[in-house]
Amino acid sequence: MQVHRVSRQYVIRKILIMIPSLLGISVVLFALLALAPGDPFDELATNPAVPPEVRAALRAKFGLDDPVWMRYWHWLIALLQGDWGFSFVSRMDVSTLIMQRLPVTLIVIGASQILAILIAIPVGVLAATRPYSLFDQIANTFAFIGFSLPTFFTGLVLILVFSIQLDWLPFVYRADIAATGWEFYWEHIKQSIMPVAVLGLFQGAALVRFVRSSVLDVIRLDYVTTARSKGIGERKVITRHVVRTALIPVVTLVALQMPIVFSGAIVTEQIFRVPGIGSLLISSMLANDTPVVMGVTFVSACLVVIFNLIADILYGWLDPRIAFR
Amino acid sequence: MAEPLLDIRGLKTWFKTDDGMVRAVDGVDLHIDRGETLGVVGESGCGKTVTARSVLKLIDMPPGRFEAGQILWQGRDLIPLTMDEMDKIRAKEIAIIFQEPMTSLNPVYTVGDQIAEVIALHQKLSRKQAIAGAAEMLRLVEIPNPERRVHDYPHQFSGGMRQRVMIAMALSCQPKLLIADEPTTALDVTIQAQILELMQEMKERFGMAIMLITHAMGVVAETCQRVTVMYAGNVVEEASVGALFGDPRHPYTQGLIRSIPRVDRSAEKKQRLEAIAGTVPNLLDPPPGCRFAARCKFAMDICTQGLPPLKEVGPGHYVRCVL
Repeated sequence: MQVHRVSRQYVIRKILIMIPSLLGISVVLFALLALAPGDPFDELATNPAVPPEVRAALRAKFGLDDPVWMRYWHWLIALLQGDWGFSFVSRMDVSTLIMQRLPVTLIVIGASQILAILIAIPVGVLAATRPYSLFDQIANTFAFIGFSLPTFFTGLVLILVFSIQLDWLPFVYRADIAATGWEFYWEHIKQSIMPVAVLGLFQGAALVRFVRSSVLDVIRLDYVTTARSKGIGERKVITRHVVRTALIPVVTLVALQMPIVFSGAIVTEQIFRVPGIGSLLISSMLANDTPVVMGVTFVSACLVVIFNLIADILYGWLDPRIAFR
Repeated sequence: MAEPLLDIRGLKTWFKTDDGMVRAVDGVDLHIDRGETLGVVGESGCGKTVTARSVLKLIDMPPGRFEAGQILWQGRDLIPLTMDEMDKIRAKEIAIIFQEPMTSLNPVYTVGDQIAEVIALHQKLSRKQAIAGAAEMLRLVEIPNPERRVHDYPHQFSGGMRQRVMIAMALSCQPKLLIADEPTTALDVTIQAQILELMQEMKERFGMAIMLITHAMGVVAETCQRVTVMYAGNVVEEASVGALFGDPRHPYTQGLIRSIPRVDRSAEKKQRLEAIAGTVPNLLDPPPGCRFAARCKFAMDICTQGLPPLKEVGPGHYVRCVL
């Protein structure tokens, strides 16, 4: 069966809507950081080797004494020219710092989301087609346990079991693996297993419940009875007529959960010492490195908005009633 | 007498609920001959829809289950068949259309895809041929611009048009029996007439039989040859249309016929429409005797002592009443 094509206008409209939302987010973020206590030059103030004149000159150079709106304006103009600012602490471009860290985070989050979806869809659909069966009960129990346990707890349990007791997996994520070829990838996979599993199982548990209830909603609908009356077989009834429609709200949920996934990733990165943007964010916050904090939070905001855009487009693609409006 | 196309004997379809067994269909006998239209009438909850869905085994099991009886399709009992075996009968030999055309089509596929799905499966055609077949079916049910409309989605059709699409889908494999479960209830009056007329045309064209489930006695009078009247999971009367309207024997049937609004009476003589007093008995625990006894004007002691059998009162005219 063919799926219909999303109109180009729909996609363009959705992309245009992104611009004001990103601007709004950046204003809020910038204002929050400006209001927050802490000054990146605190350290210099207590450092006797730095004379006050130098400090004042540095502050003037980075425009720290300008009013907030002017600083925001400078930040925005620079950003539009591709300049994300300069880290006070590591003395590097913010964009360089972020680009060093972002791929790791994206791989961990991406892999965990894929894991979550790969678990949730078959388990949720199977549970819904046999409601209150043994399989359904077991799936429900595990789902409840899964999303009741916070990631920092399951992460520590996994470390205790697989790293300390069994010594199968490394519990510190290293970016500098001294190996080449297959071994290099193998080491990377080995050290990614636990962070991905922790995030993926947590997400998957919530998704299982959602997929199950979504399928249960659809399976009672009249057109499913119509599909059964066609004699196409129960398997096709479920895959073609039930799952396809039931997944539409699931797409929204996955997209809406992206902010939660990101915050979960920050915690997970701390536990496993994954050098992603989460750990970059935490260390910059502790060091009052505002340009980096601003950069990282804004990148996360962009990613969340982009995932929502993808969800909108998928939504229009999955549900023909939407894109035509 | 030739073997009937469909012969339902003593069918009991019960549903298990938290409160106990609901005896939705409790011993229904009815038959349909080749090429005839049988009306199945009765008020809401009398078991007519469950009977219809039982024929195609579209009842969710659990909670539903066949407690007793036979559904003989051309002499072969459908109840013991597996779902795979049923799938060879569904759509190909017995098709069904439902009450709600607005929700009976899948919103995410084009109507062409949904009709083609049936054609491709049962006639072993390629997708392209099946889509062409779907367009042909749409033309048959008088949908304008069928070649273009075949690529439209259900939400782009009105209620009446969707019911035409459902009919096109149901007839695409030329079934021998079409079960129409209140096909016009959700449509407005002018569209109802069009749909009934279309079904009549299709019946003549394909020579199929129709099991028309309805609660509108007017519809029955216009389209059916025979009628089965159901009440609270039982058949209470069965007769040809002429006999039923001319000489209704069961008090319930008499009540149904009297409750048809009539223009020539009500307005001029200020006569009120006659309703049947009381409500349908609880099917969790049906009364032992005649189920209509509690609402019947003529009820006697004997009525509550045992379910009266269907007895023949005229040629092909059966009634379940002691009177």
